[in-house]
Amino acid sequence: MTLNVKQIRKDFPILERETQPGVRVTYLDSTATSQKPTQVIEAMNDYYRRSNANIHRGVHTLAEEATSMYEGAREKIAKFINASSAREIIYTRNTTESINLVAYSWARANLKAGDLVILTEMEHHSNLVPWHMLQTERGIELDFIPVTENGLLDLETYKTLLDRRPKLVSFTHMSNVLGTVNPAAEIIRLAHEAGAIVLVDGAQSVPHLTVDVQALDADFYAFSAHKMCGPTGIGALYGKSPLLEAMPPFLGGGDMIKEVKLRSFRANTLPHKFEAGTPAIAEAVGFGAAVDYLSAIGMDKIAAHEHEITEYALDRLEEIPGVKLFGPPADKKGGVAAFTLEGVHPHDVAQILDRDGIAVRAGHHCAQPLHEKFGIPATSRASFYLYNTKEEVDLLVNGIYKVKEMFS
Amino acid sequence: MDDLYREVIIEHYKNPSYRGKLDPHDISFADNNPLCGDHIQIDLRVDDSGVVTDALFDGHGCAISQASADLLMESIIGKPLEEVKKLNKDSVLELLGIELGPVRLKCALLSLKVLKAGVYGLGEASDSLVE
Repeated sequence: MTLNVKQIRKDFPILERETQPGVRVTYLDSTATSQKPTQVIEAMNDYYRRSNANIHRGVHTLAEEATSMYEGAREKIAKFINASSAREIIYTRNTTESINLVAYSWARANLKAGDLVILTEMEHHSNLVPWHMLQTERGIELDFIPVTENGLLDLETYKTLLDRRPKLVSFTHMSNVLGTVNPAAEIIRLAHEAGAIVLVDGAQSVPHLTVDVQALDADFYAFSAHKMCGPTGIGALYGKSPLLEAMPPFLGGGDMIKEVKLRSFRANTLPHKFEAGTPAIAEAVGFGAAVDYLSAIGMDKIAAHEHEITEYALDRLEEIPGVKLFGPPADKKGGVAAFTLEGVHPHDVAQILDRDGIAVRAGHHCAQPLHEKFGIPATSRASFYLYNTKEEVDLLVNGIYKVKEMFS
Repeated sequence: MDDLYREVIIEHYKNPSYRGKLDPHDISFADNNPLCGDHIQIDLRVDDSGVVTDALFDGHGCAISQASADLLMESIIGKPLEEVKKLNKDSVLELLGIELGPVRLKCALLSLKVLKAGVYGLGEASDSLVE
């Protein structure tokens, strides 16, 4: 069964939007953030219209309702990535905050000067900078799994890095630039054999692939709602409960405590221990609705559709003289096509495409070291999701020909 | 919007008249646009009375950033540094002859920021220099 994209597009009112009179948006920027279906928007609106109250400790009806909606969403999210319990899902603001939570809480309690953390050359800044900061503060050491010319991780070098007994391996499941889907299970197995803890940046994988954290055996897994049809301002950190139990709290304040005295406190149990202050309740409800939406369609179907579009897009883009694509072939990547166009800066490509309503991103996509590796300051990036069509790829290709003409 | 890629801008981007480096120079400064990694270096020669006698830029970036750098170099040759210090956002937009949204404005203003940071002898090209 293939996706009924025509039907799906009806769920996304923004896809009808004209960015200029008579020019409907062609949204090819889902890697930055996905669009939101009516089901998610309405779930959040309903929450505010009917059930809004602060969660936990309230005994009135609205507080009870808000609490059960907030916690119910957590259950859905846990099930979506096959966590063994909702206690293992910590709400955060986004993937970046999830990674920072591990860096501040787990790493500061477990890493000392000279300890090695292994990252990769294809990381987003969110999985580089927290470790740079720890390097400055603690004197930890960093090393990197290299990226090969065709955009894959060099696993042979990885194995030799593991001989140095790293304490942590942290890597992206799917690159936001190259689209590369990394062999996460194998990377994790090898890390565990070397005695390391593993953190996976799942910002791009959870929205597009079936992710099973138990099958992967990931210790920590970070992701954001807004890239998977949910709202901005909320994300999650999955962590194995023995690890989370042993970690000190992250932020201090209300809700993360069991008991507070004037001069001391006792931390709350999981997952509340890591959720200080009034959280993003409506956003959690929206997150749950997004998970419901994707689950009802089926992640396998979504992945198959994206694969078909990506294969088509790579073929068509490759035909354009002057276009250079980055990353592996379609069978090793998700729905991302990063490219350069000879003689035209990616910003100009994006700006001219925008005239035809085509939304692509230009820049280093928060992966500056990766671009340096390939010797380019920036790329243009088209990315695809469940609502994109081959006709939209054709619009992109025609648009690029127009850009070429302007700069010829 | 259609003005954004006016012929003059594409022309200055593709065939800049003031691209290169000056050796020796009296003032040299370089910085990036952190949003997109565009990079501009500006070298100036200044005579004893404080007048810019020569100016070149180098670097990489989009058509807007490179064209505005070229136009800016052209406009400051023969001007006293005291006058260069007074240049602001509007001066660059006037040179380009276009309107810009907030994102592309950063591209257009990078060269002026670098120029003023160099002239003032600052360590960083900050936004406050062009407001």
